[in-house]
Amino acid sequence: MTQFLSLLLNGISLGAIYALIALGFVIIFKASEVVSFTQGSLLLLGAYTIARLSGPYGFLVAALAGILVTALAALLIERLVINRLRGAPVISLAIVTIGVDIILLTELIRRIGPDILNVPHPWGGDSVRIGGVGISQNRLIAMLVAGVLIVVFFLAFKYSSWGVAMRASAEDGEAAALMGIRQGRVSALAWVVAGVLAAVAALFLVGAPTPGVSAAVYTVALRAFPAAILGGLDSTGGALVGGLLIGIAEALAAGYQEQLSFLGRGFGEVVPYVVMIIVLLVRPSGLFGTKELTRV
Amino acid sequence: MSEQTIPDVRGRGSRAPGGPSSAGRRRSLLRPLLVVALLVVLLVLPLYVEEFWLRTGFAVFGAIVGAIGLNLLVGTSGQLSLAHAFFLAVGAVSYTYVSGESGGLGTRAALRGLELPPVVGLVVGVLLAGLAGLLFSPVAARLRGIYLGVASLGLVFIGVHLLNTWEPVTGGFNGRSAPEFSLFGFTFGNSDPQLFVLGVPFREAERLWYLGLVLALAAYVFARNLLRSRPGRALQTLRDSEVAASVMGVNVQAYKARVFLVSSMYAGLSGVMYALSIGSIAPESFGLLLSIQFLAMIVLGGLGSVGGAALGAVFVTSLPLVFLQFADVLPLVSAPGEGGIAAGVAARFLYGLAIVLVILFEPGGLAGLAHRFRRRGRDPGGGDRPGPSPGPDDSPTSPVPSDRPARGSNST
Repeated sequence: MTQFLSLLLNGISLGAIYALIALGFVIIFKASEVVSFTQGSLLLLGAYTIARLSGPYGFLVAALAGILVTALAALLIERLVINRLRGAPVISLAIVTIGVDIILLTELIRRIGPDILNVPHPWGGDSVRIGGVGISQNRLIAMLVAGVLIVVFFLAFKYSSWGVAMRASAEDGEAAALMGIRQGRVSALAWVVAGVLAAVAALFLVGAPTPGVSAAVYTVALRAFPAAILGGLDSTGGALVGGLLIGIAEALAAGYQEQLSFLGRGFGEVVPYVVMIIVLLVRPSGLFGTKELTRV
Repeated sequence: MSEQTIPDVRGRGSRAPGGPSSAGRRRSLLRPLLVVALLVVLLVLPLYVEEFWLRTGFAVFGAIVGAIGLNLLVGTSGQLSLAHAFFLAVGAVSYTYVSGESGGLGTRAALRGLELPPVVGLVVGVLLAGLAGLLFSPVAARLRGIYLGVASLGLVFIGVHLLNTWEPVTGGFNGRSAPEFSLFGFTFGNSDPQLFVLGVPFREAERLWYLGLVLALAAYVFARNLLRSRPGRALQTLRDSEVAASVMGVNVQAYKARVFLVSSMYAGLSGVMYALSIGSIAPESFGLLLSIQFLAMIVLGGLGSVGGAALGAVFVTSLPLVFLQFADVLPLVSAPGEGGIAAGVAARFLYGLAIVLVILFEPGGLAGLAHRFRRRGRDPGGGDRPGPSPGPDDSPTSPVPSDRPARGSNST
């Protein structure tokens, strides 16, 4: 039972990180109809910047710089590529983000090489025990920060003028544009927010129990895609639920590896995708996605 | 680069805008000539070219088959799939399992193999890949394009996991070697029987070259004919509007499932050829990167165009190999472990950039570029289509991009 609770808690904390990434994914999709495959490499960019700068400038500066750099990169991608393609088919947009992703990822992996860059989190690799259930301090803080960020995001989404503008343009882009909402600005802001979320996720993703920044972080980030799809691409709440679900499933599968040994070693890493495919079989638009109705 | 490839497109790409009314008299003579010339060049090439280029050539032929298959799915019917690497893996593994020998794998688990003739392995590989595609198609048929893109991503990771785990069949993490191909007693190896043509020894590379050429040609012709026939037109309608397609009597679900079947059979064949060209299979060869490479091929070549897919495959597959060959000549690029940018990395940069540029500036890819040149050659001044909308004058098999950003054609 303790093992179960511990896995559950760790799963939730991992899920919170996934939820951050997935949220960025969903915001971008809502604002600009782009399925952004760049999320993984943006996250790696954030992690890399933090790891490289925390040596000379200390952790706090590095973390801020990492967030800034990632947000800036996201903004650049939006301005230079996505904005020029407004109105293009969804598939073209997705493919172009894959192209950007290849460039960014290749450069980052070339720079990182086979090393594992260490990020000196001030809280280190310590773990705390809550009622007999252990969790690394890093993950605990991640959970809290993610919680706060998500609440702030949802409030902003609901009440701020940016949130209203974005919801309006997601609902009906043309009408929103006619009402004076600047689509370009909404989309740019969405990318910036997604970049920030990815960088914050990176900050915690490379801490304990993960060893540090390596090329493998990218594959971890990719597991947030199932989270976003699972919840429904256009549902912010869905991203949250999807992230948690994926995180818990992964932690449980990794924790009960012995019992699941017939599925092979490292099955935990595939679980997100298995869960996603099963959910999509039942609900093709994800758990909370809007069903697409066609009327003739 | 593109200047050199345009005659190539003309020669191979018999997918000109369909009706005979549009074909000029001059062109109707030129085309078959070019096709024949290209074929002759391809046929006699092994007599003159070194083994390295022939091996590259076989890898390219394999990629062409796969790219054509993916293009049917993504380009023609508009379903984004990143699962191509998975279906390639199914084909490659089935081939090695069916035709491979049983035996020890170092100290650990024993490998199993059915030791059937390689032709059987090839056919089984293609069929099993098709079956895998068919099994996935219920998911595929229910999902809208973009959901499918991400869902198919999952298949790649599941595939790599299976390859790592299922040791008796796949050889596990280290992979296993693929058996030599042979056809009714004629092996595609270095000897048995010894073969000389015009004094040139025909060894493995030469033999495989012809095998690849035949398979790639067959794949090309089949896809082209498919696109020009009823199912092909149905698929194109499907891409443009599912509602319109179903109103016209196209069974949307069934067609989506079928195109998945065909595309994954192509991938299966491509996987078998991949295994033959590398000589072994290993899990890391069938990762996400492979899927993305195939996507790069069809985007570069031009979505929806069979000839374009072939062209893109040539470009993307040969790029790293050529870089490797000329590492000491090219600036910035270097051999592995010498500072500089490794050949594979440089190639990845280049095709990543190419994807972005193609989508931004020439959504028709290389095929679209060739098409534009051809139009301009025929009626100077009026070469560019005036509006962004793919008008009704577009014949379905024309290499006009399937994905065209809605904007003016001022991006010459």
